[in-house]
Amino acid sequence: MNRTTAEVQISSVKDFLVFMRSELKPKGKSLTAFNLITGSIILLGGVLILYRFIMGMGAVVHNAAEYPWGIWIGFIVMVGVAFAGGAYVTAFVVYILGGEKYHSIVRMAVLNGFLAYVFYAGAILLDLSRWWNIANPLIGNRFGVNSVLFLVAWHFLLYMIAQAIEISPAFAEWLGLRKARKFLASLTLGAVIAGVTLSTLHQSGLGALFLMAKWKIHPLWYTEFIPLLFFVSSIFAGLSVVIFIGTVSFRVFDRGRISEEYRRHWDDIIIDLGNACAITMMVYFLLQLLILVHGKNWALLNTPMGYWYLTEMVGFLLIPAALFGWGVKSGSHAPIRIAAVLTMIGVIINRIDFSIIAYKWYLPLSERYIPSWMEVVITLAIVFTMVWVFRWIVNRVPILQKPPQWAIEQEQEEMEGKAVALAPQLGLTMADGGRPIEQLKR
Amino acid sequence: MGIDRRSFLKGLGAGIAGAAAGGALLPRRLEAGGAPENKEFLGVLVDTTRCVGCRSCEMACAEAHNLPVPDISDASAFDKIQQTSETQLSVVNRHKTDKGEVFAKKQCMHCNQPGCVSACPVKAMEKQKEGPVTWDTNCIGCRYCMVSCPFDIPKFEHYGATPRLQKCNLCWEKLKKGEKPVCVEACPAEALAFGTRRALIEEANTRIYKTPKEYLSHIYGEHEAGGTGYLYLTAVPFEQLGFRGDLGTTAYPEYTKGFLYSVPVVLFLWPAFLSGVSAITRRKENVRSREGGKI
Repeated sequence: MNRTTAEVQISSVKDFLVFMRSELKPKGKSLTAFNLITGSIILLGGVLILYRFIMGMGAVVHNAAEYPWGIWIGFIVMVGVAFAGGAYVTAFVVYILGGEKYHSIVRMAVLNGFLAYVFYAGAILLDLSRWWNIANPLIGNRFGVNSVLFLVAWHFLLYMIAQAIEISPAFAEWLGLRKARKFLASLTLGAVIAGVTLSTLHQSGLGALFLMAKWKIHPLWYTEFIPLLFFVSSIFAGLSVVIFIGTVSFRVFDRGRISEEYRRHWDDIIIDLGNACAITMMVYFLLQLLILVHGKNWALLNTPMGYWYLTEMVGFLLIPAALFGWGVKSGSHAPIRIAAVLTMIGVIINRIDFSIIAYKWYLPLSERYIPSWMEVVITLAIVFTMVWVFRWIVNRVPILQKPPQWAIEQEQEEMEGKAVALAPQLGLTMADGGRPIEQLKR
Repeated sequence: MGIDRRSFLKGLGAGIAGAAAGGALLPRRLEAGGAPENKEFLGVLVDTTRCVGCRSCEMACAEAHNLPVPDISDASAFDKIQQTSETQLSVVNRHKTDKGEVFAKKQCMHCNQPGCVSACPVKAMEKQKEGPVTWDTNCIGCRYCMVSCPFDIPKFEHYGATPRLQKCNLCWEKLKKGEKPVCVEACPAEALAFGTRRALIEEANTRIYKTPKEYLSHIYGEHEAGGTGYLYLTAVPFEQLGFRGDLGTTAYPEYTKGFLYSVPVVLFLWPAFLSGVSAITRRKENVRSREGGKI
């Protein structure tokens, strides 16, 4: 069965309210073990977040004087942004390289990226000691133009807008807003171009934040190439997350929520994604190897931190890369799924290394930062809230499912219109030996 | 499917608009790394051979900045090497060295080109023309300055509704009135000298020249991390006094310069490149779909 999104006609505020009321009702079973556990964590996290804002950060987080950044930055922001990388990579492949085959996953990847940014921006608010000033770098209560973080903050905001534009046609389809959809869809290419540009800078910018922590980060991790490493790893991190979500969504969502096209292409897509991961991971590994050789840090490998570095490089980089390669060669999904999970763990370890584990690695355990239970609960609450919102949207908005018929027609009209009207300008007639344009109309 | 000139230009336009918006955010005066024009900064010379460890400077500092005043008669404070904290902007430590016990004061070094200033996204951290590195209340509390400080000095208050960043400000409010920092005034042993950085370096060199046996021929802070407002003289290797010997002479903002320079390049070239690639692939697709239809 292949259900398309319900055709909605909203012509008044009343229609909208009635529609929203029906949509707000839960779809599917609500009393599952997953919901009960994550729901209680979200509730507890919400209370703790209130507590943090009333009492100050110190009441909730582990106050390790030597560590400015804990898991809210080191995990939620750093890992979250890397995991959102799937959005710009798939958008690049579909809209810039014209990889039509991957069209069925692009909305899922972009929605994940967009939500990641929204929630992780929220996490930044939690982590700012003086959070009420958060708008200062944006409104110009002094522009710190020499600051990497200033650039990161702006790219964060602009990319969030670009992603919102990229995903907006899906919401217009959900609400049955035909004219709005047409307009929003026409902005997609521009938003993707801006988005890929901003992501390049944003992903590498997060790495550049650590460039001035020169002696504080273990020499096996500190290199002037941190920005490049962050950028390259965001590609396979993001794609692994797309593989993960794509796989899990078959189990989580009703069959009706997943389009025939997506179902048909997924077997093929997962192999291609695995291939892309294997290649980018090998590039990343070679970069790391060059940096290691160039930095003459061989001797450090035979130290406790060296073993940790090797665990990251072999256990969570080379092994998953090999698994990806094996899966691609044999055409089997299982190794690719395992590799995706290993890669995600590897990226989590890598990002946490920079702000926590390899940061002042020489301190005794008593002076090191270990997150408090409240920090952990709040972190989990944020992640689970994002999962809930993602699920809520996928159950209503055409993300994995087929768009309504009118939207498909609108898209086709648009494409045909362009092909006919503009073929000559693109040199089509010349390239094809001056065949009459009429033939193109078919 | 195809791309018409309008949508191509629209895409390009959006890219350029993005780039232009980014252009407004490009780093300016990168060389200066946030340092003001006037290089005649004021600073303090600490002569650790003269320091007796009385902690008068600590007490004066706490009083002047409304922080808990330490009990300087309590010698147990020396049992452990202390770091600056949100309640102690300046701490005196007792170090066991080759030449016995040596006391050394620790506080913000007031770098010529401070890492914290270039890190701050809202210029809450500023290098003042008089020399001090100061903090202001438009701070958002990201604590990136703490990550970027080569001397690991700034500390944030953990509690309360309006936490502040705490670090030595070289008594900027007094400097503006032509007065000395309170720690220098409080020092009974003349271990602290106040003046322009240039004069202090001359004074330090004079001391080294006159009594070469008493000093290492090295002024810590003259070149470290691009030069600092606080300068130190000692008889024992600086590492024994808890100073890092591996900071190098590069000013810290330089470490992010390469990245910041690459930003405008990516912001301008990427959109143009991506638009081009997109146009080519759409054109190819058109050709392919036509020929595919024929076969």
